[in-house]
Amino acid sequence: MGALTLKGVTKSFGTVDVIKGVDLTVQEGEFCVFVGPSGCGKSTLLRIIAGLEDATAGEVAISGRRVNEVAPAKREIAMVFQSYALYPHLTVRDNMGLALKQAGVARADITASVDRAADMLALGPLLDRRPAELSGGQRQRVAIGRAIVRTPRLFLFDEPLSNLDAALRVATRIEIARLHRQLGATMIYVTHDQVEAMTLADRIVVLRAGKVEQVGAPMELYNDPANTFVAGFIGSPQMNFLKAGALGMRSDTMGVRPEHIALSRDSGQIAGTVSHVEKLGGETLVYVNTPAQGLLTVRLFGEHDYAVDETAYLTPDPARAFHFDAGGLRMRQGG
Amino acid sequence: MAQARISAGRSIAAHAVLITYTLIALFPVFVILINSFKSRKAIFAEPLALPTRETFDLIGYTTVLKQGDFFGYFQNSMIVTVASLFFVLLFGAMAAFALSEYRFRGNLLTGLYLALGIMIPIRLGTVATLELMVASGLVNTLMALILVYTAQGLPLAVFILSEFMKQVSDDLKNAGRVDGLSEYTIFFRLVLPLVRPAMATVAVFTMIPIWNDLWFPLILAPAESVKTITLGSQVFIGQFVTNWNAVLAALSLAILPVLVLYLIFSRQLIRGITAGAVK
Repeated sequence: MGALTLKGVTKSFGTVDVIKGVDLTVQEGEFCVFVGPSGCGKSTLLRIIAGLEDATAGEVAISGRRVNEVAPAKREIAMVFQSYALYPHLTVRDNMGLALKQAGVARADITASVDRAADMLALGPLLDRRPAELSGGQRQRVAIGRAIVRTPRLFLFDEPLSNLDAALRVATRIEIARLHRQLGATMIYVTHDQVEAMTLADRIVVLRAGKVEQVGAPMELYNDPANTFVAGFIGSPQMNFLKAGALGMRSDTMGVRPEHIALSRDSGQIAGTVSHVEKLGGETLVYVNTPAQGLLTVRLFGEHDYAVDETAYLTPDPARAFHFDAGGLRMRQGG
Repeated sequence: MAQARISAGRSIAAHAVLITYTLIALFPVFVILINSFKSRKAIFAEPLALPTRETFDLIGYTTVLKQGDFFGYFQNSMIVTVASLFFVLLFGAMAAFALSEYRFRGNLLTGLYLALGIMIPIRLGTVATLELMVASGLVNTLMALILVYTAQGLPLAVFILSEFMKQVSDDLKNAGRVDGLSEYTIFFRLVLPLVRPAMATVAVFTMIPIWNDLWFPLILAPAESVKTITLGSQVFIGQFVTNWNAVLAALSLAILPVLVLYLIFSRQLIRGITAGAVK
């Protein structure tokens, strides 16, 4: 019995089907990330789990208990929102303690819980401030603290890092990963950023247009994608999709990750001209325009000097290539 | 800041326009005030002159305070205005919250129905209103006026407030729901404080027509004990003789409470008008 079970969950707004039947089991203590492009229904799914939206059909169970008819506050969940959603008129301490106060917990116990959570997140000096006096990063830490105080069965994160700048995003990401190890709690995390998904998740659920495309550990998705959508979505920069027929193979599409293409000035399988070079220090991304296959991305490690308009030859590593049929589904036998 | 770079010439021109407008708007009030302190002869001799040692006369004020129950009228107006304002804001905000927050069948139609009141003047229904008040025995009570003014103020209040409530973050309301706050707590503790500027705007726009109204007090509550200040002042305006001293004094006194209420709301009002402009 998992911490969270979804059985045939669907959601329609009027005639628009947003969630088209999702079955999923999340194990106790698992960090599960819902990832997908915007509009894929991942946030709606999270809100159905939280009870903020009703499922049109299907069953939501938390720790084996059906919760479809249970109010959000009684589901023993805590939620962290993208816009922090702190109560503007309450201090940090009262923000964190409000849910316990509503539940009728004794004042001394609330203070103890808030102090414990504040210690975990280094929020001690901020406890008497109001949200308006905090920076974005601090606000999100308070929102996470507010979730921790409740000791919920399920933590729900709705794109919690999207409003933070790049440096804070990495720091807060590490903080969330640390909290997950420390608390051992079950966490459901929604993001459109595949880097967040890859770095945080025990298991990733890739969603597209209201359907689950693939579920698996980050490296399973990276090394064994089920279709072109997952292959293209997981991994950055995006996988290259080549017309396999032109390379003399039986499959429709061949997918090769940018890091699995060799680049040479002298000879190779596909000829092209360099259209753009991005030097990041640790790696160099070379974009090559090929007459036969369009724009392809190559990821080289270390520093490399390629000039724009220079002729270059690409050779995909056949052992690391993925083959897909005309419908975009993976062909396990290869071409 | 951008303002600092606006040239002095443009700034002077802008201020000149604003000051001219202010003077034009305040001039009638000013004339009423100065004439209320003058003798009857002086009012007609030189209406625009300031009261001097010879022309200064408090006869208007003493007449007003002696004749009729002026403080009673005052109190009636105050009760009617404040109570109507309270109900307009309370029910208007609640209806606006329901319309902006909940998806239900007929949401749009209900909103349109409520907005219809903005376009159709309530006075068209005066006869029916009077019949209703007679039937329910509410004629010559302040309650009759409060009910009518609440109905009159609600459409605009619902219309303006529902627009503002749509802007309140959904995440905040949902955070409240996850934390176990009731819908009423979410409404009163989270949403209302955030739309306070809009509430003040609605309050001012609702308050002034109610305070100034002569129509409904005359029709629904003309009895001595429930007269409002605007109706009470009419005793000085006769068909053939008008006691101008008393009328001007009564009007001057009637400005005071509106001014006080306005000052209470004005800080919020300015924030309401500029909301969205600075963000």
